[in-house]
Amino acid sequence: MSTVTTTKPAPTAPGPAPVDGRPGEGRIGLRANLRHIGALVRRNALQIKQDPESMFDVLFMPIIFTLLFVFVFGGAISGKGQQEAYVNYVVPGLMAMMGMNIAMGVGTGVNDDFKKGVMDRFRSMPIARSSVLIAKIVVELGRMMVAIAILLTVGFMLGLSIKTSVFDLLLSIGLSAVFGASLMWIFILLGLTMKTAQAVQGMAMLVLMPLQFGSSIFAPPSTMPGWLQSFTDYNPLSNLADAARGLINGGAVAHPVTVTLIWSVAITAVTMPLAVRKFRQKT
Amino acid sequence: MVDMTRNDKNPVHGSHAVEVRGLVKHYGETKALDGVDLDVREGTVLGVLGPNGAGKTTLVRCLSTLIVPDAGTATVAGFDVVRQPRQLRRTIGLTGQYASVDEKLSGWENLYMIGRLLDLSRKDARSRADELLERFSLTDAAKKAAMNYSGGMRRRLDLAASMIGRPAVLYLDEPTTGLDPRTRNEVWDEVQRMVAEGATVLLTTQYMEEAEQLANELTVIDKGKVIANGKVDELKARVGGRTLRIRPVSSSDLPGMARSLAEAGLDGVAGSQAVPDEGVLLVPILSDEQLTAVVGLLAARGYAIADLGTYLPSLDEVFLAITGQRPASVEDSVPTEKTEEVAA
Repeated sequence: MSTVTTTKPAPTAPGPAPVDGRPGEGRIGLRANLRHIGALVRRNALQIKQDPESMFDVLFMPIIFTLLFVFVFGGAISGKGQQEAYVNYVVPGLMAMMGMNIAMGVGTGVNDDFKKGVMDRFRSMPIARSSVLIAKIVVELGRMMVAIAILLTVGFMLGLSIKTSVFDLLLSIGLSAVFGASLMWIFILLGLTMKTAQAVQGMAMLVLMPLQFGSSIFAPPSTMPGWLQSFTDYNPLSNLADAARGLINGGAVAHPVTVTLIWSVAITAVTMPLAVRKFRQKT
Repeated sequence: MVDMTRNDKNPVHGSHAVEVRGLVKHYGETKALDGVDLDVREGTVLGVLGPNGAGKTTLVRCLSTLIVPDAGTATVAGFDVVRQPRQLRRTIGLTGQYASVDEKLSGWENLYMIGRLLDLSRKDARSRADELLERFSLTDAAKKAAMNYSGGMRRRLDLAASMIGRPAVLYLDEPTTGLDPRTRNEVWDEVQRMVAEGATVLLTTQYMEEAEQLANELTVIDKGKVIANGKVDELKARVGGRTLRIRPVSSSDLPGMARSLAEAGLDGVAGSQAVPDEGVLLVPILSDEQLTAVVGLLAARGYAIADLGTYLPSLDEVFLAITGQRPASVEDSVPTEKTEEVAA
């Protein structure tokens, strides 16, 4: 009859429940934390399964962007009939852009998600509140990997060639993921701060457009006016695009890789604690 | 209360699972909680009765560590809401008026996820999910996404979700608001079953009837303040309890019936009142025995009765009886009560 006894709610206080308030008491250990993140990642993955349309952006964005840019701008930038050369230029850049676009989606998702009653349940449970946010990031990184896989597939079909090694390609993907994850913290913070998902979207577009087009993603900055060149020099997206380009096409990568990593660490160091704090205090 | 041993398997019945002293929470000018004191004895149900915006949800959110009070103290199972939130969260289960389950996940996946978040092993989380779905009659809908559940099923899933960790204290925040009467009864049955098994429950409600059905003790709050508390029976006596409404076949019998009751000297019944306009006699009733006696007496005197029934005072009438005025905060909504629905 053990199953019957287990259905009974314990009427008394649960077993080990010290009365004293030592600050570390009840802290969640690393293994428990990973288990919680795992359960929440599963939740997010099941949501995607339930709502496959939420993968449309990841599936179609890389296809449409690559085709558009290669065939619309490719000839203009690399010369008529020279689209293939532009493929090798733009695909690494688009890899950087994918990270940014997907990160933007996290903000609106968080805003929606966190209005739901289930967040109250999570926040009233004995789990680290950051695990809810980290799970979100893990799932979004997974989505980003799918987008990059599709991007590369389309790229290969249009003539993309890896001039270095598979290892360098993987490094460029890893770098995009690191930078993408840091951006997600910004958008999570926005999503937690702003009132509606539309507001988040509007704000994100304002930040996104100049960063994307004022960069080396689509065209070499050498033809841009001086002041814009100085902007693109420090634009993390330029550096990420340059780094990915160098890793895939060969060339010096130390500088752009370093700048990208510094940006990633700096952004994460500032926005992650703020986002976790904001989530903790949300009422 | 420092020497209270929480590890005791059989704590003294009657010790407090929830203790709230002078709890205050302000939102700008709005005093959502304005110095609330209350206790919930272990193994009992405390009903917190009050109109919309009285501070009920703010109270539950404070006690669930979702918001931090501005002043006062509150302990749940011996843990302080501000200083020991992590330990406290291990002892509570929360069911809000807004179903707090993941709509996109199936019933089973919801329960499994919560089991894992509560550190059950995969195997235990699985069997606990199966077990609770069975218990709450949701086995057939186990694989359906919660968004396709009916209101009552969702509320039951929510209750099941709150039960996974076998919480010492369960908060039910307006568990039947917005449900139809049949579904409401289903939820009541479940709550009564949990109580019979020894759960300690803090229940908020706007309905006197619900409080009477489920609660042992009542705290009535309005505008963030406790305006009355005590055992349900005591409060019922104060506000008049049930009223028996009798309609004789012939309304000319009314004066005779009232006189018979007055002469019989039944406790409290002297206050009976004939309403000739409606052709009914209203008799205040304090106990089931009294109800039987009144009906028996009238039958014995040979009065022909066409219709009879009892009704409870509404929240309005309760407030009227306690404070001499109708609840003030029905109209103004407190921003914290999660009333985010925009008027169409």
